[in-house]
Amino acid sequence: MPINISQFAQVFFDEAAEHLAAMEASLLGLDVAAPGDEQLNAIFRAVHSIKGSAGSFGFTDMAETAHILENLLDQLRKHELGLQPEMVSALLEAGDLLRSMIAAHQGRGSVDARTVQAIGERLRQYAQAPSTGAGAAAGRSPASPVAAEAAPAAGTPTAARAFGIEFVPTEAAAHGGRIEHLLDSLSRLGRLEVLNCPDAEDRGVGFWQLRLTALAAPDAVAAEVDAIAERGAWRMTEAAVVDSVGDAPPAGADEAAGEAAANREYGFFTTVDPPPVVSAAAPAAAGAPLAAAEADDSLAAGEEGEDYGFFAPLPAIAPPAATAAPPPMSGAAQRPVAETSIRVSVGKVDQLINLLGELVITQSMLLQTAARMAEAAPEELLGSLNLLERNTRDLQDAVMSIRMLPISFVFARFPRLVHDLSAKLGKTVELKISGESTELDKGLIERIIDPLTHLIRNSLDHGIETPEARRAVGKSPVGTIALKASHQGGHIVIEVSDDGAGLPRDKILAQARQRGLAVDGMSDREVFRLVFEPGFSTAEQVTDLSGRGVGMDVARRNIKELGGAIEMDSLSGIGTRITIRLPLTLAILDGMSVAVGDDIYILPLSSVVESLPTQPGDVRSVAKEGRVIAVHGEFLPVVELRELLAQATPGDWRQNIMVVVAADGRKAALPVDALLGQQQVVIKSLEANYRRVPGISAATIMGDGRVALILDVAAITGMAQSKAEGAADQQQ
Amino acid sequence: MALSKEETRRTGDGEEAAREYLTFTVGSEEYAIDILKVQEIRAYEPPTRVAHAPPFIKGVINLRGSIVPVVDLRLKFALGEACYTPFTVVIILAIAGRIVGVVVDSVADVIFLSPEQIRPAPDFSASFDTRYIIGLAAEEGRMMIVTDIERLMTSPEMALVDAVLAATEEAEA
Repeated sequence: MPINISQFAQVFFDEAAEHLAAMEASLLGLDVAAPGDEQLNAIFRAVHSIKGSAGSFGFTDMAETAHILENLLDQLRKHELGLQPEMVSALLEAGDLLRSMIAAHQGRGSVDARTVQAIGERLRQYAQAPSTGAGAAAGRSPASPVAAEAAPAAGTPTAARAFGIEFVPTEAAAHGGRIEHLLDSLSRLGRLEVLNCPDAEDRGVGFWQLRLTALAAPDAVAAEVDAIAERGAWRMTEAAVVDSVGDAPPAGADEAAGEAAANREYGFFTTVDPPPVVSAAAPAAAGAPLAAAEADDSLAAGEEGEDYGFFAPLPAIAPPAATAAPPPMSGAAQRPVAETSIRVSVGKVDQLINLLGELVITQSMLLQTAARMAEAAPEELLGSLNLLERNTRDLQDAVMSIRMLPISFVFARFPRLVHDLSAKLGKTVELKISGESTELDKGLIERIIDPLTHLIRNSLDHGIETPEARRAVGKSPVGTIALKASHQGGHIVIEVSDDGAGLPRDKILAQARQRGLAVDGMSDREVFRLVFEPGFSTAEQVTDLSGRGVGMDVARRNIKELGGAIEMDSLSGIGTRITIRLPLTLAILDGMSVAVGDDIYILPLSSVVESLPTQPGDVRSVAKEGRVIAVHGEFLPVVELRELLAQATPGDWRQNIMVVVAADGRKAALPVDALLGQQQVVIKSLEANYRRVPGISAATIMGDGRVALILDVAAITGMAQSKAEGAADQQQ
Repeated sequence: MALSKEETRRTGDGEEAAREYLTFTVGSEEYAIDILKVQEIRAYEPPTRVAHAPPFIKGVINLRGSIVPVVDLRLKFALGEACYTPFTVVIILAIAGRIVGVVVDSVADVIFLSPEQIRPAPDFSASFDTRYIIGLAAEEGRMMIVTDIERLMTSPEMALVDAVLAATEEAEA
């Protein structure tokens, strides 16, 4: 094999994951009592796609599971089976199974054969006793069953459907009595009307138009019609039925497609230029009485008017044809949607951002040069430079937006979580999601999933009460969890709120006292902040969902790592609201540039508390080693940046300005030579080509193209702490 | 990268056709390195100093958006005077998936060397580790030290990679 198919496997995994997500979303959105055809078909299509590509990549386990799933779905969407709530769960589990199979094929984890067996068995049980032979249906192409047996829009599977059959028989067939035979076999299927037949003197040669009202599509006779008709000059359409799928050609098109792939509807006219066909069809579709005249005109204008002779009567008997026309059109309209996005590796996007950074620097250098030229600069140059600046800025916005993804990527998984957990906990919960189109950096998206999952689990487990308890306090038995995302001035704010019992303030206080914390006079917010402390849990019992007192601590830590903050508000009996604030992107940081000696360093603005001028007497030494400064009555360790950064010339730090920084709940004062300003800086890795440096978190590129290092405040305050402790130990 | 190492070694064994080398001078010595490891040559610009780096690591520069460390080989080998003029050049190397800048006195030439031209170097004392020397080559009266630049740059004594840090941390613990 010259082509190594495995290199496309990743694309398959990605696509399969997307199909599974789509399937899950549709399943969760299904109204069990009256499932919509559109949704059932969407689920079916997703599974079918997975089956098809899994088969071609040789992932037979996935193909087999998808096949079983497909059989059940096929019966569901044909209304051969009624949808039951258990089926939804079984389908969801099968989706999970497929997902874990994908993971297993990617080398992550393994799939238990017994699980596969059990789920397969369960699905087969639901799908048993199919009326038309599910195996045969599943073996066919996806399109033909959809079109041939799609239920009427009304959703009543027993309703009779009308089919239009049009054909032009060959002379031999017409004279050989085969038309009579065809009419005979059609009339056995249902009520047959002959809408149009050739004049008697033509002895059956000419345009025949029939209408059949039957329960099932006359697929069986399609071959017969094909045999009679002149080189593909036949068609069979389902009249007066809205084809909800829309991506399928009309019934029997499998055969017709082979002969007239370019124009299924008008197979006979494949030799004719398209425009006349369109003009003939358009009035027909409109169903206007004038259509005939217009069509005649347009036909007369047609280059091959002779051939049109057959179809000249068409507009006059327009209705069946007209109603049949739309489905292929809507199918064509739907298709481009899938092609509006492309997959690009993150590396390429990062490269683009790098190059853009360079462009911005080059452009600012040009501007500086022009500014130096002052009066001597030609006006045209200045005009072009202005244009360049504007274009660069637009380009920057556009490129940065590539990395931005809507938060729906995260939110989309929660309906399932809530569905599963609420069932497990015996609670009825409605999840309300808003602001899912809010965009944030891809890097953030990936790392916000875990903390958010935890918060929602928490709300479900601890927040929302059981339906009985809710009724007892006069609330609706259905609890609500609301998930909301929005932009607020350079930040993204995500809110998780529930209308549950609220945080038990007294319980938290009791536990805090038990652990020896001074809790008197604490404000509500301070009390609620305690639940983020490690090991703090008010759950009466540890379940497999929560109660170990670990999650909230981890959630807070995760969010802090992303440069964000988390707050909690709660009202007893009314509910709880957790607010997360995050920076828009991980790639950019709000920084304060400071001068230390001859060098420039960046302090993350989020960790800067304040800056203050110092007098020589303010700094005192402790045990000769440590130095402290009193700020607002609090003694803070002073971290000598010049020592820390190993500068050759330790300056007279008593003259300096102190910047008070805080990280991980520890504060420190850093003497600097000057505050240079605040700016947004792009974070660059120092480790990509070099190595980790203590006290430095990353690097950035300044406006003049030089590199500045970003100080790691958490590490610096940590060092100060250990140094102070060391000094204290020495003193003892 | 493993492949190129392999190739270099075979070159040393004298089994391959001539290949191109970039030669540069450090002090009075001329070095030759595999040209495929060279990404570009730039003028020297003052780098940003990095704390706790050995003196021969001058700091980091911005190379089209990447942060790249710059090593001064003159300081490392204690050869010549480490002065920085407008003619001082930095050879940007792409080795072991990383990018490193090397300050040298000047870039001399690009030459073809066949394996036969590279002779094994005699064992020196500890002053210069011969592990990084593939051999010595003579051409038109010049002598060049053919260096395994990748091995040199990724070695612990250059302190350019984190493996070093891990090793020192281990030693401390």
